Amino acid sequence: MSNATVAALPASKATVNDQIKYRSQAVAKPYFVAAIGLFIGQILFGLIIGLQYFKGDFLFPAIPFGTARMVHTNLLIVWLLFGFMGAGYFLIPEECERELYSPKLAIITFWVFLVAGALTIVGYLGLPYNVLAHLTGNDLLPTMGRGYLEQPLITKVGIVLVALSFLFNLSMTLLSGRKTSISIVMMLGLWGLAIFFLFSFVNPNNLVLDKYFWWWVVHLWVEGVWELIMGAMLAFVLVKVTGVDREIIEKWLYLIIAMTLITGIIGTGHHYFWIGTPGYWQLLGSVFSALEPVPFFMMTVFAFNMVKRRRREHPNQAATLWALGTGVMSFLGAGVWGFLGTLSVVNYYTHGTQLTAAHGHMAFYGAYAMVVLTMISYTMPLLRGREANSAAAQKLEKTAFWVMTLAIVGITLSLTAAAVTQVSLQRLSASPLPFMETQQHIMPMYWARFGFGLCFFTGLMMYVTSFFVTGKRES
Amino acid sequence: MSASFTKSTARNIFYGGSVFFFLIFLGLTVDTTMAVPSHNAKAQLTDAAVRGKKIWETRNCAGCHTLIGEGAFFAPELGNVYVRRGPEFIKGWMKAMPTNVPGRRQMPQFNLNDAQLDDLVAFLKYSSQINTNNWPPNIEG
Repeated sequence: MSNATVAALPASKATVNDQIKYRSQAVAKPYFVAAIGLFIGQILFGLIIGLQYFKGDFLFPAIPFGTARMVHTNLLIVWLLFGFMGAGYFLIPEECERELYSPKLAIITFWVFLVAGALTIVGYLGLPYNVLAHLTGNDLLPTMGRGYLEQPLITKVGIVLVALSFLFNLSMTLLSGRKTSISIVMMLGLWGLAIFFLFSFVNPNNLVLDKYFWWWVVHLWVEGVWELIMGAMLAFVLVKVTGVDREIIEKWLYLIIAMTLITGIIGTGHHYFWIGTPGYWQLLGSVFSALEPVPFFMMTVFAFNMVKRRRREHPNQAATLWALGTGVMSFLGAGVWGFLGTLSVVNYYTHGTQLTAAHGHMAFYGAYAMVVLTMISYTMPLLRGREANSAAAQKLEKTAFWVMTLAIVGITLSLTAAAVTQVSLQRLSASPLPFMETQQHIMPMYWARFGFGLCFFTGLMMYVTSFFVTGKRES
Repeated sequence: MSASFTKSTARNIFYGGSVFFFLIFLGLTVDTTMAVPSHNAKAQLTDAAVRGKKIWETRNCAGCHTLIGEGAFFAPELGNVYVRRGPEFIKGWMKAMPTNVPGRRQMPQFNLNDAQLDDLVAFLKYSSQINTNNWPPNIEG
């Protein structure tokens, strides 16, 4: 590396760290730190909206529900993107067996993304949404006001530029390095993420087509290309912590992601039952999305199988726990809870109810939050100059794993109970109740959900604390 | 998995399967795009409705409400609110917000003028005319 390149690295990383193979991998660290910081923000806003469900006027009119929810979901996406990017910057050099093409560009990209993200959140909280839209060019090309894609036009353009810089950097690294299956799948997933995000600029006046292509971002991300990223990250960590032959792990990886896309692409049809699209989607969407749990089940079997066949005892047991956890929880959240409402005959009654919220919480946590935390758990000790954290730190991290995971199970079960009540009173009943009246019957479930939300936050604080626990290092 | 099932077999299933099903998806998308106008023959996308859609989007209505089941689950379904409540109720409701009833969920006051309210109602009327294959199960949404 040139002196300029070394200078671009974070100061503490300019000293020798013999735990990482390539010094430029150190750029991953600020991405992971930012990811955890934004994760905390996401949960705080989650607590606000969880509370507003039963105490409706809480923080009104300063932070109305719609604003807080937008911050909650956007922070989720942004911290996961920071996590994916950090993972990419760590994983690609290691797999390609060469330094990153440009660590300096990676650091510049980090700051651009962080500042743009922070300004967007400040805009959400500080300005009326229509004023924000007007100031940021929404009149030129209206893209705002659609779920998960609420970002102003300039932020969306910024995301594209950040993604291009990131992909350019990693692709240049890959092109002149060793090409492994893990790195190729990771890059396919990341390129897919960027390409499908371009559909966030497509917003036809026709509401049916607007909704149709909105799902090309949302569904083809989380039930499509993101699973490639998840699979690659999980495979990478499993190679490291189990020492199982790479050929076996990569064979599993290809088979899992093959099932993901074979089921998940046409599986998009489970969103096309009632939005003004032809009736044939009910059959296609039901059949293919009913098979979507298969790749997630394979992910579970894969993780357990590889750990069982491990050829080494890696001192980082916390990372192994996260890897097993993401296998199980993604299957439960995305697979099982996704299946609950996916058949059109069931979805007719559950569409647009709390069942979607129940599924969404466990799926996002189980698949994407946990796989990013798996990667952070494996890489952060290395980035901080040790093979694994001390026994005390790992113990706290593992406790945090259980508290957060059980809290998500509690949140999901509370929301599922809410959904059962909502569907029976508002949808199935011979004399259906209006929406708000139905909500009154669900209040105990919303209280329970908030309680589990507080548990989750407690677990998250334990997780953050685990980074500051020292103690005797294991040999 | 048996040794005869190699990584390159798995890789070929991945590439072949993905490309095959994505092409089918593209074909279905072309068919759907062409079928949408006749499938929704009753839906009148007027200029007012187009303007109303922009109001819907720039007030982040989907931050609390669902529209044909999509959005947030904090406040009532609005895809059929034109049928359930009618245009005058909707306009009166928008003007009366927030209720400021202690403890109740609160909807902000968006200060829309009469022309904007008419556009928003036109958009909600258009939404109610979309052919949803008989969803929702009843008028309560």
